[in-house]
Amino acid sequence: MNMSMDKILVSPNPHIHSATTTKVLMRDVVIALLPAVIVSVVVDGWKEMLVLAVSVLSCMALEYLITRYCFKKASTLGDWSAAVTGVLLALNLPPTTPWWVVFLGAVFAIGVAKMTFGGLGQNIFNPALVGRVFLLISFPTYMTHWEIPQGLFGVDAISGATPLGAIKEGLMQGATVPDLMASHGYTYSQMLFANIGGSAGEACAIAILVGFIYLVARKVIKPWITLSILGTVAAVSCIFWLANPAQFTDPLFNLLTGGLLLGSCFMATDYVTSPMSTKGGIIFGIGIGFITLMIRYFGSYPEGVSFAILIMNSTVPLLNNWFHQKKYGRA
Amino acid sequence: MTTTIIWTIAIISGLGLLLALTLYLVAQRFKVVEDPRIELVEKAMPGANCGGCGFAGCHAFADSAVKAPNLDNHYCPVGGNETMKKVAEILGYEIKEKAPMVAVVRCNGTCDARPRTSEYDGSISCKVKASLYAGDTGCSFGCLGCGDCVAACKFGALSMNPQTGLPVVDEEKCTACGACVKACPKAIIELRKKGPRGMREYVCCVNKDKGPSVKKACANACIGCGICSKTCTHDAIVLENNVAYIDFEKCKLCRECEAMCPTGAIHGVNFPKPIDKDAIKARVQERQKKAREAAAAAARQAQEPEQIKKEESNG
Amino acid sequence: MARRTFSIGGVHPADSKISRGCKLEYLPIPPTVYIALSQHIGAPAKPVVTVGDKVKVGQVLAEPGGFMSAYIHSSVSGTVKSIGPRKDLSGNNQMVVEIAVEGDEWMENIDRSDTLVTDLPEDPKAIIEKIKLGGVVGLGGATFPTHVKLSPPPGKTCEMLIINGCECEPYLTSDFRTLLEKGEQVVIGTALIKKALGVAKATIAIEDNKLEAIEHINKVVDSLKSKGPEYSGIEVLSLMKKYPEGGEKQLIDAVMHRQVKSGGLPIDVGAVVDNVCTALAVYEAVQKNKPLIDNSVTVTGECFPKQANLIVRVGTPLNYVIDYLGGVPEAAAKVISGGPMMGKAIANLEAATMKGTGGLLFLTREQTKRMPESNCIRCGKCADACPMGLEPFLLNRLSKAGDMDALEANAVQDCIMCGCCLYSCPAGIPLLDTISQARGQVMGIMRARAAAAKAAAEAAKAAAEAANGSTGSPTVK
Repeated sequence: MNMSMDKILVSPNPHIHSATTTKVLMRDVVIALLPAVIVSVVVDGWKEMLVLAVSVLSCMALEYLITRYCFKKASTLGDWSAAVTGVLLALNLPPTTPWWVVFLGAVFAIGVAKMTFGGLGQNIFNPALVGRVFLLISFPTYMTHWEIPQGLFGVDAISGATPLGAIKEGLMQGATVPDLMASHGYTYSQMLFANIGGSAGEACAIAILVGFIYLVARKVIKPWITLSILGTVAAVSCIFWLANPAQFTDPLFNLLTGGLLLGSCFMATDYVTSPMSTKGGIIFGIGIGFITLMIRYFGSYPEGVSFAILIMNSTVPLLNNWFHQKKYGRA
Repeated sequence: MTTTIIWTIAIISGLGLLLALTLYLVAQRFKVVEDPRIELVEKAMPGANCGGCGFAGCHAFADSAVKAPNLDNHYCPVGGNETMKKVAEILGYEIKEKAPMVAVVRCNGTCDARPRTSEYDGSISCKVKASLYAGDTGCSFGCLGCGDCVAACKFGALSMNPQTGLPVVDEEKCTACGACVKACPKAIIELRKKGPRGMREYVCCVNKDKGPSVKKACANACIGCGICSKTCTHDAIVLENNVAYIDFEKCKLCRECEAMCPTGAIHGVNFPKPIDKDAIKARVQERQKKAREAAAAAARQAQEPEQIKKEESNG
Repeated sequence: MARRTFSIGGVHPADSKISRGCKLEYLPIPPTVYIALSQHIGAPAKPVVTVGDKVKVGQVLAEPGGFMSAYIHSSVSGTVKSIGPRKDLSGNNQMVVEIAVEGDEWMENIDRSDTLVTDLPEDPKAIIEKIKLGGVVGLGGATFPTHVKLSPPPGKTCEMLIINGCECEPYLTSDFRTLLEKGEQVVIGTALIKKALGVAKATIAIEDNKLEAIEHINKVVDSLKSKGPEYSGIEVLSLMKKYPEGGEKQLIDAVMHRQVKSGGLPIDVGAVVDNVCTALAVYEAVQKNKPLIDNSVTVTGECFPKQANLIVRVGTPLNYVIDYLGGVPEAAAKVISGGPMMGKAIANLEAATMKGTGGLLFLTREQTKRMPESNCIRCGKCADACPMGLEPFLLNRLSKAGDMDALEANAVQDCIMCGCCLYSCPAGIPLLDTISQARGQVMGIMRARAAAAKAAAEAAKAAAEAANGSTGSPTVK
C-alpha cells in the first residue's frame, strides 16, 4: 500500500491547472471559424475547398519544418495555431486564387510574419494578414479578381467587383452612392446571407457572427476589441453619411461589406497581436475602425481593414505600456 | 540650366555647413569632460563587464580606480595580476599581487552516491527549488542541479555533467569573477587559491548534519569525523558544524588528509602522480603512534616535576 | 440579487469537496509527537522544558521569543525525549520538542466538558491575555499570532470583524465541518474577539457552496442573541464561490467594499479578519482554558480511499495520520499540506503536523504533473485571473531580466501567491515560480531602503538636536 518515496512529486504551488491550454484555445478558434468555412465552401464551391486545403496544409507543413529543422526544437504543430493561420489566410483570399499564390501567401505568413520573430507569441503582426497583404501587393490581378458566387455546383463564374470596389470605382467616375447601390442591386439581406462577391470569408456576415458569439461564450476572447471596431466604424461613417449621403456610404453598408466582420471578430482579436488590457483593446479597436474608414473613403484601395489592423498591430507594445489593469488597493 | 545646378550646389553646401555647425555646437555644449586616464584604464581591462570586481562593469571600475587613493579596493579577478600591473602603471600606483583563484564546486553528491528521494516538478532554477524545499535528495545542503551557476557564468566555464548531475568548472576558462558563487543558493561554490600548477586540496562537501544521517543521504559526504583535522600537521583543517574545511592559505598539499578520509570527501586535483593512500596511511599511523608514545612518556615525566613544584610552592 | 464577491480577478477551480460529508473525528494519540518551536509567523518560541521533564496536556513547552511570537503547549502527556533539529515537511531542519506519550493526563485547569460557556469575561484585556496564554495563532494559513492581531496599533480603530468561513481552496472541508458541528463555539469565539476589539459589528462570511453551514450559523446566531448584548451585531454573509475569496484582502473587498492599500494592514481600512477555526480556538482558550493543542485536518483526494476530517494533536507525525486511514494509496504522486492552490508539497512524510496544518491532500500524477512550458501567447488570462490586478506575464518577463525597479513599479510586492496566474496560464509557464522569487528580492530591497531611510532620519534628527543644543536655548513660543 505504501508508495515508495522516490515517486513523490514536489513543486511550488499551485498544484492543479485549469483545463484551458493553448491547444484548447486554438481549437476553439478553429471551431468558431467552421461556420464561415462551411458557408464559403457551399457558396464558392470546389475552388474554395482547394484554397483552404492548400493554405491550411502548407501553413502546418511550414510550421513543422521550421520549428523542427531551423529552431531545432520540438514541433509546435500540436498547438493548432498554424491551422488557425491557414484557415484565416484562406478566408481572406478570393476563391479563384491559384494554388501556388496561396502557397506563397502561406510561406510569407508562417515563414516571415511568424517564424522570423521567433514563432508563436513572438510576432508583432497577424501572420494571416501579413500573408494576405503580401499577396495583395505582389499579385494584385489575382487578388482583385472576384467572382459572383455560383454555388457549390455552379458552372460558369461571372466576373465582378466586390460592393466596396464597385462603389469606389463608380464614385471616382462621378456617380453618387444611392445610384450605384441601385444600379448594382445591393441589398443588406444579400450581404447578411452570402451571395456577394468577395474573399471567401467576407461573404457571410451571419456565419462570422455565430463564430464570434461562440468564442465570447467560451471565454476565449473578450468582446471589447470587436465591439469598439464596429462601434467606431458605425459612428464615424454615420457622421460622414449624414454630412453627404451622395459621396459616402451608409453605416450598415460599411459594417456588412468587405472584411470588416472577419477582421474585427477573428484577426483583430488575435491574442498575440492585440493589447492585453481592456482599455488598450478599446483604443486599439477605435484606431482600427477609424483607419479602415479613412482608407475606404479616401484611400486608393477600396478596402482597408487589413491595413488598419496591421497598422494598429504596430502600436500594441505602446498600448500595453500605457494601459494597465486596475490594481487592488492602488489608485 | 546652369542656374539650377548652381542653386542646387549652393543649397546643399549651405545645408551641409549649417548642420555641421549645429553638430559642432551641440557637441561643445554637451561635452563631458572625463579624466583621460579612465579611458586608458578601461582599455587595459578585459572588457567582459562581468562585475566580478564588485563594480557595475569595466568602465565603472576604471572610473572608481582613477579616483581612488590606492588600488587596495580594486582588483580585477578576470584580468588578474597582469591587468592590474598595467592599471597600476597607468595610474602610478603600487599593487599587491594576489594569488590566482578558481571556482570550486564543493559537492560530490553524484546521482549514484546520493539517491533521489523525490521528483522536483517546478521551474528549472536552483533559487526556486531552494526556496521550496531541501532538495530532491536526502541531503539538504548539496547541489540542486538546476544549473543557476552555469547560467550565471559569462565565460562559459561551467557546465552540467549529465552523468553526475553536478556542475563542472573548466579551469582554463574560469576567471574567478565570483558570479557562480553569488548564484548558488546553497553556497556550495567557493573561490579557492588555484595553487601551484593548479594543485589543490579541498573538502568536497558542505553538509552540516550529523554523521549517521549524512551517511544515509550521500555516500560521498563529509561525515564530520574529524580524522582529517587530527591528521593535518599544518593546522589547516577546521571542523565546524560537522563539516571539515581546508584553509587554502595554510594547506601544504601533503595529501595526508585525502588519504585518511574514510568517505573520500577530500579531493586533491591536478597532482602529477595518483595518490598512494596505503603508503601515506602507514606513514601517518606510524607518526601518530610515535606521538602517542611520546605523549605518554611526557605525561609520566611531567607528573614527577609537578609534584616537586607543588611541594616547592607549598614550602 | 447579484451574488457578492471580490471585485478583481479570481478563478473557478472545480470544488472537489469530496470529504464534506465526513464528520469531525478525533485521531488517536500517536506514541511520539514532535512539537515544532516555530509554528507561527515571527520569532521562534523559547523552550522552558528540558530533556527528561514530565509534561501534561496543555502544559507550556515554550514561551514567546519576542513581541511577534506565541506560546507553545504540549499536546500530549509524557516525557520530553529530546529538543533539537528534525527535518520538517520540506526536508529542512527545524527545532522540535520530542515527547514520548504516556497516558493522556491534562492540566487541571482545563475544562474538558462539552457544556457551552456563554458568559464572556468582563475585561477585553483579559480576553486578549487568555488568547496569548493559549498560544492561539491564525489558522487560515498564515499562523499570525492572534493576540498581536487583536491589539491594533494606537490611532487605528476596528470597524468590523470578519470571520473567514470561505474555505475557497478546493478539497478542504475542515472549516465547513467546524461550522456545522461546532457552530455555537465559533459564534461565541466571534463574540469574544468582537469584545476584545471593542467593535460593534462582526460578519461571518461563508461561500455559497456551503449552504448548510450558512443556514446552521444563522440559526445559532439567532439562538445566542438572548445570551447577552455581546451577541448582537453578528451577521452571516453569503458570498459567491470564487477563489481566492478567503484571501484577507479579497475578503475585505467582498464584505466591506474597501481595499487595503499596498503595504498596508487590514486595520488601516477598519477591518480585522480571523478564520473560523481561530474563533473556535479563541473560544476554547478563553472559556475552557484549553490552549491550542489540536486542530482539524482534512485528509482527502480522489485517489485516497477513506477521506476524513480529523481533529489531530499538534505534532502528530504525518505518517501516523495517513496510516490511520490506510496508508498512502498506490496512485498518489503528490502529498500536499493544505489545499491544491496554495498548499505546500510535502517532501518528507515523517514530518509532524503543526498548528496551521489544515489539510493533507493526495493527488495523482495526472492531476498535478505540470505540463511542459510553451510560448506565451499573450492571451492575458493571467492578468484577468490575478486578484490583485497585477500583470503576471509582465512580472515574469521583468524578473527574468532582473529589472528590480520595474518590478517594484509594477507592484510585484503586492502578490499574494494565490497561484491564480499559473493555474490559468494556457501555455503552462511557471509564472508564480519566478514572480515569487522576484517578490522576495523586491521586498528585501524595500525593507533595506526603509531601514536606511529610518536610520538617516534619526541621524538627521540627532544632528538637528545637537545643532539646537549648541546654538543656545530653544525658542519658546
